Amino acid sequence: MNHKYLRVKTLVSMLSLLLLPAMAWAQASISGKVTDKMGDELIGASVLLEGTTIGGITDLDGSYQINNIPAGSYNVIFTYVGYIKDNRTITLSDGQSLIVNMDLAENVLMLNEAVVVGYGTTQTRDLTGAVTSLNTEDFLEGNVNTPEQLITGKVAGVQITSNGGAPGSGSRIRVRGGSSLNASNDPLIVIDGVPVDNDGIAGSANALNLINPDDIESITLLKDASAAAIYGSRAANGVLIITTKKGVAGDQLRVTFGSNNAVTTIAQYTPVMSADEFRAFVNEFGTPTQIGLLGEANTDWQREIFRLGFATNNDISFSGGIKNLPYRLGLEYYSESGILQRSALSRYGASLNLSPKYFDNHLSFDVNGKYSYTNNFFANQGAIGAAVGFDPTQPINSDNENYGGYYEWVTAAGVPNVLAARNPLGLLYLRDDESNVYRFLGNVAVDYKFHFLPELRANLNVGGDFSRSNGTVFVPEFAASDFNRGGVNNQYEQEKNNKLLEFYLNYAKTFDVHKFDVIGGYSYQNWFTFSPAFPDVNVAGDTIIVADPFPFETENTLISFFGRINYTLKERYLLTATLRNDASSRFSPANRNGLFPSMAFAWRITEESFMQNTGSLSNLKLRLGWGVTGQQDIFNNYPYIANYSQGTGTAAYQFGNQFYYVLRPDGYDANIKWEETTSYNIGLDFGFNNNRINGSLDFYKKITDDLLATIPVAAGTNFTNQILTNVGSLENTGVELMLGYLAIDKDDITFEIGANATWNETEITNLSLVPDPENPGVLVGGVAGGVGNTIQIHTVGFTPFTFFAFEQLYDDQGNPIEHIPTEGQLGYVDQNGDGVITADDRVRSFNPQPNVFAGLYANLRVKKWRAGFTMRAEFGNYLYNNVASQRSFRNGSFGPNTLNNLSPAYYETNFRGTQLLSDHYIENASFARMDNMFVGYNFGNLGNSSVGLTLTAIVQNAFIITGYSGLDPEVAGGIDNAIYPRPRVFSINLNLRI
Amino acid sequence: MNIKSISIYAGLLGVALSLGSCFKDLDLEPPYGLNAEAVYSDPNNYIHVLAKLYAGLATTGNDGPAGQGDIAGIDEGFSSYLRVHWNLQVLTTDEAICAWEQDPGIPELNRVSITALNEWNQAMYYRIFFQLALCNEFIRQSADSRLSERGFSTADVDRIVEMRNEARFLRALSYYHALDLFGNVPFITEDDVPGAFLPPQIERPDLFNWVESELLAVAAVMRDPGTHEYARADKAAAWMTLAKLYLNAEVYVGQNRYTDAANFAKQVIDAGVYNLDPNYEHIFLADNHRSPEIIFPVAFDGLQTKTFGGTTYLIHASIGGILDPDEYGVNVGWIGLRSTPEFVDQFTDSVGDGRYLFAKDGQTREIDEVAQFTEGYAVAKWRNVDRDGVAGSDPVGDFVDTDFPLYRLADAYLMYAEAALRGGGDAGLGLNYVNQLRERAYGNTSGNVASIDLDFILAERCRELYWENHRRTDLIRFGRFTGADYLWSYKGGVKEGASIANHLNLFPIPASDIIANPNLKQNTGY
Repeated sequence: MNHKYLRVKTLVSMLSLLLLPAMAWAQASISGKVTDKMGDELIGASVLLEGTTIGGITDLDGSYQINNIPAGSYNVIFTYVGYIKDNRTITLSDGQSLIVNMDLAENVLMLNEAVVVGYGTTQTRDLTGAVTSLNTEDFLEGNVNTPEQLITGKVAGVQITSNGGAPGSGSRIRVRGGSSLNASNDPLIVIDGVPVDNDGIAGSANALNLINPDDIESITLLKDASAAAIYGSRAANGVLIITTKKGVAGDQLRVTFGSNNAVTTIAQYTPVMSADEFRAFVNEFGTPTQIGLLGEANTDWQREIFRLGFATNNDISFSGGIKNLPYRLGLEYYSESGILQRSALSRYGASLNLSPKYFDNHLSFDVNGKYSYTNNFFANQGAIGAAVGFDPTQPINSDNENYGGYYEWVTAAGVPNVLAARNPLGLLYLRDDESNVYRFLGNVAVDYKFHFLPELRANLNVGGDFSRSNGTVFVPEFAASDFNRGGVNNQYEQEKNNKLLEFYLNYAKTFDVHKFDVIGGYSYQNWFTFSPAFPDVNVAGDTIIVADPFPFETENTLISFFGRINYTLKERYLLTATLRNDASSRFSPANRNGLFPSMAFAWRITEESFMQNTGSLSNLKLRLGWGVTGQQDIFNNYPYIANYSQGTGTAAYQFGNQFYYVLRPDGYDANIKWEETTSYNIGLDFGFNNNRINGSLDFYKKITDDLLATIPVAAGTNFTNQILTNVGSLENTGVELMLGYLAIDKDDITFEIGANATWNETEITNLSLVPDPENPGVLVGGVAGGVGNTIQIHTVGFTPFTFFAFEQLYDDQGNPIEHIPTEGQLGYVDQNGDGVITADDRVRSFNPQPNVFAGLYANLRVKKWRAGFTMRAEFGNYLYNNVASQRSFRNGSFGPNTLNNLSPAYYETNFRGTQLLSDHYIENASFARMDNMFVGYNFGNLGNSSVGLTLTAIVQNAFIITGYSGLDPEVAGGIDNAIYPRPRVFSINLNLRI
Repeated sequence: MNIKSISIYAGLLGVALSLGSCFKDLDLEPPYGLNAEAVYSDPNNYIHVLAKLYAGLATTGNDGPAGQGDIAGIDEGFSSYLRVHWNLQVLTTDEAICAWEQDPGIPELNRVSITALNEWNQAMYYRIFFQLALCNEFIRQSADSRLSERGFSTADVDRIVEMRNEARFLRALSYYHALDLFGNVPFITEDDVPGAFLPPQIERPDLFNWVESELLAVAAVMRDPGTHEYARADKAAAWMTLAKLYLNAEVYVGQNRYTDAANFAKQVIDAGVYNLDPNYEHIFLADNHRSPEIIFPVAFDGLQTKTFGGTTYLIHASIGGILDPDEYGVNVGWIGLRSTPEFVDQFTDSVGDGRYLFAKDGQTREIDEVAQFTEGYAVAKWRNVDRDGVAGSDPVGDFVDTDFPLYRLADAYLMYAEAALRGGGDAGLGLNYVNQLRERAYGNTSGNVASIDLDFILAERCRELYWENHRRTDLIRFGRFTGADYLWSYKGGVKEGASIANHLNLFPIPASDIIANPNLKQNTGY
């Protein structure tokens, strides 16, 4: 035997391994129909012969057909999401065709639903932690292009704030208030078992938008430490697990086609003075020179820069099982033209899942691959602020060809006045900012149940998340925005490689009334980022800033061991304990290892015999949890290493006739390590009336110690004056309530309504090495208008990002009094009574975090009609209206040889000069938003074909109820300064099933 | 067990074995960074670290003009050593007022109502300690023992030791500024390795003694005046610092050290390598590195030493109203800095005195509104054009080439004259020095004076050295910074000026460091 033969034979044997399931032969068959108790067909219900991989899925009529069944006795299992699993025992002889129908009972509480948790799945009834799982039925419909928006408003304790209306923009996700200050507050996101990089990619607006929302089967949130601690040092801010759809063994080919086409419109414009109002204002207060600057036009700049947007989202999926090789292939094309002129995104995506099983299901594979290519055109968002401020009396176009023909403020010499606002349309149309992002996310999981000990299985998961991006920015040399430097012709590139290898052993066994499920594993993950250095050049090719001497390259590794024990006694006492040891390259060898334990106990009270006659109470479960999690995402991979960094060629210093680049020791904290969050959770799950009324109530407290905070270091003790170090502590306390009620449950009509509400409070409890009540805190929250102003502060005893401002005084008419100390007019409260207003008189007041946030949704089905809505509300959140504070004082209108438009807020203040730090601009931004309203009709099969059609009409962001005076009360961070407006979206969903 | 399952188990074993090899991935270092050992093991790197010590006076970070900032807590462009020092020394006095009332900390500087939370005060303090920490690191790493460990050649060691002397000078210079501005500050030397420790506070007299002895020691070993490369410090820079220390010794430690002040000023003058620039205006232009008068400059360059601080700030911020940026060699005015009428009054002769460099076009003399640039005469002393009127090297006109003369000969003349008047030297010689300056200013002897007194010296220092970071120290030495003896517009917060409390003669320790370092006691009155 030569080596070549050996290789060929190996190949053949490997191939045969894959094709093995195809070798069963045809003998008997079963078919039938699966309906609910009302007789309505259940589409996509799964039918499986227990102990085999033979099975099928019901089609649009609720019918299924399973062929090629060897003769014998079988237990046929029928499952459907949201219904109670049922079974039927049959005996088949050779050649027999049997009809087996089934009607399934709806499971309102879905206690038996499989829930994906870290390293495995469990059933809702067996959960011990605060876990919420949502699947396709719960997802928001409409023009949704990023996964997290599918569950906005649906989960108590989870606040999802979209970053604005730009195509493809992401969201800020906060689970239970956020337990970090300067470290990342984002939850860990795990997609099909691969924890992904939250940091995003250069050239992409959102790290999550590679996933086509239509590919998603379920999204699970691990909210408390007892559930999340299995993810150790990354889980302090919760874990979001995304699982994509898969094919079903033995199923026939199914094709679904979905198309959502949306028209997007601007919901509201930022209030500004009209051209005539502005003319009147300038004529009243301007000098003759300033009045002379007024133009003849009436331009509503905001109407000029915004447009009707359009978005189309088309996907087609093929799923089924080629024999016992279940597959699903999804293809997607998404394209959006945003409401801001020129902003656009298009995405092409493909996802493939293969999940074959071999050797009597002892060996199973789960192969996932997702690829996406995104092309972004980033419109110059500077135009949004410019449109608010640009003089409305000026025309769009000038009478000459300079600056692309756009009207611009120029100096006497005829060059652009660099201190004036730029023409918003010039900004938009003379800047080409494009990027291409390619991303592949994939993994292969191999699961092996030991032949000699089937209770024991080994699981190996190898995965990766690889992305490449490149982009260009071009501004022509004649554009006013970059006229001085001769335009811009720049490029950038980035590559990111995130590699994962995980292995675990799982042993599950039931002895009498004792049920054990034990898992132990190992995880290796490495993140690598590389960006080459490019110079900053102008259109003529002149270098404005030379390229950095080195490319940017950074890497970190996390190696972990983890274990979990689930013990269930008599199906009613549930105990979970987990332990994870993480070692991170981010910290020095002495601080590298961290141990993260958790314990949880649950008691299914209604299983007790003494609870058997409790009337309408159908479910009652108590959950107690404790755990320690960490956060190590600090945006720096080498914080403990004393390093010298080399200065750029523009920060050199001259000795004699030569310029020397500089070498600077960088600040570092040799002892830095992860922060630790200890959390406690008490939860109660309940159901009444056979769970038609159900809900859960959770109380939690999270205490973060060794809080990573950027604080001033004792002067002279480091190579910088502020450093990120483990210094403080922070607490979150909260209550979550989720309620669901199936109000009507009849053949032709069902109506369900659900609500959730969360009360959360965050407080910094320490912020210095030596706890000190006098600690003035750390100023944060930079605002526009002037240079270096801040409006927020981190202080002990207060919520992070608490507003820190002067307390405005008002006159008898309720108008604010301008603070003009030189005229002896105090506009602010002199808090310390020293007769002058100084920085010491600023007070801490409200904060941007809502005290309470809530969601409300309802779904009504009448025959083949469906309608519903999802609403979301936040209460007690405050916003600093930076748009108004920059534009509500008279002098702000008169720049050097230029005019700037004002906000109508000026009529209220009549301020002459800027009062940027007045609490007059801190507004209550409580709101209720109608996120989603829809009505749909299921046409059933078209004619006699097997093609089913559903049409749904959806309005997103339909209306908002708020007292906030600016554009939109929902601004992550609490400082409102001309965000890309969230559009109102009208769309039609078309779904075809073949 | 069949063959297939054996291969599966073998596979699992292989996986298990490969896992062990991953642990080395936990020891990661920045791929392009340099750790301290790597930096200092190459003798060619020392000059680059030294360049950062000097650049620490000029730039704000490692990425010009702004980026990778050295200190936090203030807008990076604001944080240049020279810019914050100028703001504390000049903007708090009659010499200047700034229109940027909306910017944090500026209104308090305009009105001398500094608190322990003031951003500029805090930035100065942390700039000084950034500089001290860097100098200490260089001095520590270039200790004789370390150099011999590394086995450098004698020539290399000699070069490095020379750099170490300059680092010691720069450290003493920053401690001198700390002494002058804050008085009682944390004290760290090369023996304090960075880490979590709390430095002790040194009292002003002790710091005075330390600065004095360190400067005396280092002056003895630095290069002779005028023998070093441009922009590097030599003996004369140390002597100038000593002269200043002694001239103000009554304020700092209550000692009469005027003889020492006069001696060191005279030593600089007698070194014979510095000459008055024949044209006063040339000292403040883009090509002022050619001026024979500059003893120790902070160097800037429109292309290679870019910053929003230093002279770029002084030039841009002085332009506004109808003043033409082209005449200053820059692209735009920042509409900020002007002068108070009381400062204008220091000039008794607006025609003959060539130092009267006010720009009055479109500007009023009086200031009714601080935020209004056009109120108060602008100052056209600092410009980014050369002697021939050609603009500096930055084609965009953003960043300037103009160097800042931290020390120049005229200051030595005036320090001698003042010390002499106060009994420390030859008053006749002092008068002669003053008349040399006036002759240069007038272009002839018409402005010469027959006699001078201390009041005249204070005014003459203002006329000669305005906007060069001296005024606050001078006013304090003459007892006119605080109290009501001398009022100027908006001193104390009112247009006509008001008395301010004496504790303002020292700036406060920033509140943040009082918290971070429990060893520190706040200066009296804050």
